[in-house]
Amino acid sequence: MSTLTIRSLRKNFGAVEVLKGIDLEAQNGEFIALVGPSGCGKSTLLAMIAGLESVTSGEIRIDGRLVNSVAPKDRDIAMVFQSYALYPTMTVRENITFGMESRRVPKPQQDEAVKRVAAFLQIEPLLGRKPGQLSGGQRQRVAMGRALVRDPKLFLFDEPLSNLDAKLRVDMRTEIKKLHHRVGKTTVYVTHDQVEAMTLASRIAVMHQGEVQQFDEPATIYNRPANMFVAGFMGSPAMNFLPAELSEEGGRPAVALQTADGKTASLPIVQALPSDTPRQLILGIRPEHIYRFDPDLARRKPGIAQIDAVVELVEPTGAETMAVLRLSGKEITGRFDPDGTPGMGETVTLGIDMARACLFDPTTQRLI
Amino acid sequence: MSNHDLILSVPAPARPWRERLGSAMPLLVLGPSLVASFVYVFVFTGWTLYISISNSSLLPTYGLVGLDNYASLWANRRWNIAYNNLFLFSGFYIVGSMAVGLLLAILIDQRVRGEAAWRTIFLYPLAVSFIVTGTVWSWLYNPVDGIQAMVRGFGWTSFSFALASDRHYAIYAVIITGVWQASGFAMALFLAGLRSVDQDLVKAAQIDGASTFRIYRKVLLPTIAPIFLAVAVIQIQFAIKTFDLVAALTKGGPGISTTFPAIYVYDLMFQRGQIGEGAAAAIMMLAALAVVLVPYSFWVVWRRRKEAGHG
Amino acid sequence: MADATLDQSLDHRAATVAARRHFLTRLVIYGLLVVFAAIYLIPLLVVVLNSFRDQQEIARNGLISLPRSFRLDAWGQAWSTYCIGGTCEGMQRNFYNSLKMTIPATIISTAVGAMNGYILSKWRFRGSEALFTCMLLGVFIPGQISLMPWAFILGNLGLSNSVYGLVLIHVIQGISFTTLFCRNYYVSIPDDLIKAARIDGAGFWRIFRKIILPLSSPILIVTVIWQFTGIWNEYLFGVVFTSGQQQPITAALVALTASGTNVRAYDVMSAAVLIGALPPLLIYLFGGKYFVRGLTQGAIK
Repeated sequence: MSTLTIRSLRKNFGAVEVLKGIDLEAQNGEFIALVGPSGCGKSTLLAMIAGLESVTSGEIRIDGRLVNSVAPKDRDIAMVFQSYALYPTMTVRENITFGMESRRVPKPQQDEAVKRVAAFLQIEPLLGRKPGQLSGGQRQRVAMGRALVRDPKLFLFDEPLSNLDAKLRVDMRTEIKKLHHRVGKTTVYVTHDQVEAMTLASRIAVMHQGEVQQFDEPATIYNRPANMFVAGFMGSPAMNFLPAELSEEGGRPAVALQTADGKTASLPIVQALPSDTPRQLILGIRPEHIYRFDPDLARRKPGIAQIDAVVELVEPTGAETMAVLRLSGKEITGRFDPDGTPGMGETVTLGIDMARACLFDPTTQRLI
Repeated sequence: MSNHDLILSVPAPARPWRERLGSAMPLLVLGPSLVASFVYVFVFTGWTLYISISNSSLLPTYGLVGLDNYASLWANRRWNIAYNNLFLFSGFYIVGSMAVGLLLAILIDQRVRGEAAWRTIFLYPLAVSFIVTGTVWSWLYNPVDGIQAMVRGFGWTSFSFALASDRHYAIYAVIITGVWQASGFAMALFLAGLRSVDQDLVKAAQIDGASTFRIYRKVLLPTIAPIFLAVAVIQIQFAIKTFDLVAALTKGGPGISTTFPAIYVYDLMFQRGQIGEGAAAAIMMLAALAVVLVPYSFWVVWRRRKEAGHG
Repeated sequence: MADATLDQSLDHRAATVAARRHFLTRLVIYGLLVVFAAIYLIPLLVVVLNSFRDQQEIARNGLISLPRSFRLDAWGQAWSTYCIGGTCEGMQRNFYNSLKMTIPATIISTAVGAMNGYILSKWRFRGSEALFTCMLLGVFIPGQISLMPWAFILGNLGLSNSVYGLVLIHVIQGISFTTLFCRNYYVSIPDDLIKAARIDGAGFWRIFRKIILPLSSPILIVTVIWQFTGIWNEYLFGVVFTSGQQQPITAALVALTASGTNVRAYDVMSAAVLIGALPPLLIYLFGGKYFVRGLTQGAIK
């Protein structure tokens, strides 16, 4: 059993407040992703969990034990770094055994552990080489081996894939997922890549400006983002935001939008609105919830609103085609099937899935 | 956020002594050097400053006489010549060694054969002391045995080369020797700088149709501008501290024409027993150095801030 | 078709012109290099040749001329029998003095600089940057400023006119340089390595021994060469704080070349100059390549 609990954790660098009261917890075996843009404090948070940065206030507990001022080596953690941080003058084997030597583990036990980990990660042929002679993926694997051999309570990953090229990154991502599945250790994983966070994590903490914006399961983060920052950060292409006004359509609440020909279109709101909903709203729609209007689908599926827009740009990616559309004076992105892609300059009738739309308060930026 | 204060962890009430020793280790190890440097930089300077306003003569004494030593220093014609020489020498020495160094670096940068050999030839004087250089060049300058004798030996009997023995030109003999010694060092730094410039920049300039000359003037040299400054600062220090070169080459002569502050300080302190005035002269040397180095260090700090702001 | 031929011949002519221009530039480049190489090498050549020439022959033909005699006597005299200021033991004692001064001072100042650089780059604490800046000031202090204080300190420690006094001076003076070099080099070693090692349970010394030190050879070479040549070649402190038998070789060289009788013993002086120049020259010849590389990596930034 190993859990991680963080309570109102703060960190100041001089006068600069880097972390402004973080609360997080990881259950046994959970995979937590810390995601956010650079400078949001996620790496500092990880370094504090590792014991590499001091704690200004608040508490960090591993398995219920307060570790605020426990040295990194005594926290029973292992960490994989962005740069891998393999000791360049040592062989792969020496890299893996370095920690055990520091802890004075007997030699036969060391050999046993190296054998086990090397077999597990299939790096036996690399044991005699130096890090400089390894490829990016191999280094990554050795770095994981060094962490694994320790059999720690907590795995920490600091953007481990950002130095790899796109193809390898996807492969290694899969491998980390498999690894976690097999080892089942509690893991904290820092990344700026929201796809990595979505694919790997059991829960995601989205961070911005030293605060956790939302801490929840990936599906919730994606479908019900707590605020406009989370909505905009998670998902690519990003969620479209359209300023809209609260109105009524046939006695039911709706949002009014300007269409291409200058008229006003009303889109019915599916969700129940609280009584203090402001008049001015931000309508948030993900690109995949904007399609070419299809009357059959609209009959089958409630909440699909119909609106005209002009296509400004088409970007085929192969599997799907992104179209930049002008709606209500703003550019929005829609995700289309390559077979039904509109042409540039064409006016298309869009179907917008209002059941999946999000409404935000423009002043607080929070989800309504 | 690059400032990782690694050892500052929150002090816990009961930590084992080993761990506490461990976290104090860096300071324990650094401590002696810090104390030594502090004494060397501040105490020594302050001490000499104090002696310079005291009435010390043969031995340091501590009766204060204010700025008397400085007044008598500046009233002395020999000191004025020495101070002038310092600026004359520094100017020519720095500009000269940088110009020759840059020329050599650019020549070597033209993908010449045997690059390592050329570099070794130009750089070896760096390993040799000013004493050795000064001694050997004093022979070359010697009209009876040196260059003049050689050329006259070829049959040109009216040839005259007596740079070091002419009181008006002896300072240039010192300058030439200094440049000879130092330009290889400048060359090495410039060459390393030129090599570190992103080659894509050069390719882009070539595609833009720039000539080699223009590529150097407009692309390469501006890019390595910081190296110019670094070389200049290093050379200035050599120039101001130079005692050995003159001591071996001209001994300050002929007459007093190549006296330098460094020589003057030595003479006052150890030959004439005027320690107070010697200390004043040493302080004036420090002042000359400060005139250059204080603005430079401000510039360095400013640049670092700017880079940190960008990064 | 005609156009194409014309085009081709024009192209051909352009190629010849370009080739000629290229040849001329190469000629100028190599010409200049040869001239400068001559200027740099001639003084060395003169000294080397004269150390093997006969004294009378030098007096007859001047310093700069092709040798017409070959003798090894001058080297022997310079080493063990030539008279400097009343004692006739040549330079050997001074040579050993210089070794006794240079080797310990180089080793100690380099070791201390490496530790300081390690701490100031990898174990920063509040105010460590300011302390580093203060230490750096030591690089800029002219030796003349410290003459009087050193005289006092050496006198009180009983180290005046002793090689150990010079060792002390050079160590203290050298710390600023060695710290600067090492610190600037260690800054480029990723901090992640240190963090990984700390998680692996390595402490202050183990990280230095196992991780920093094995990566240090480029900067240690630079520092050792810089310190060795600097200390070996130093003259001011040598001439001020030692005399006669205790003097390092630079001071002895000046004394030797100044002790002129009517006929200047250029042969012996040449050999003496070479003896004095040889150790740093050898160090430079073997390590010069690494020196320049390391210097631009570490010191100049």
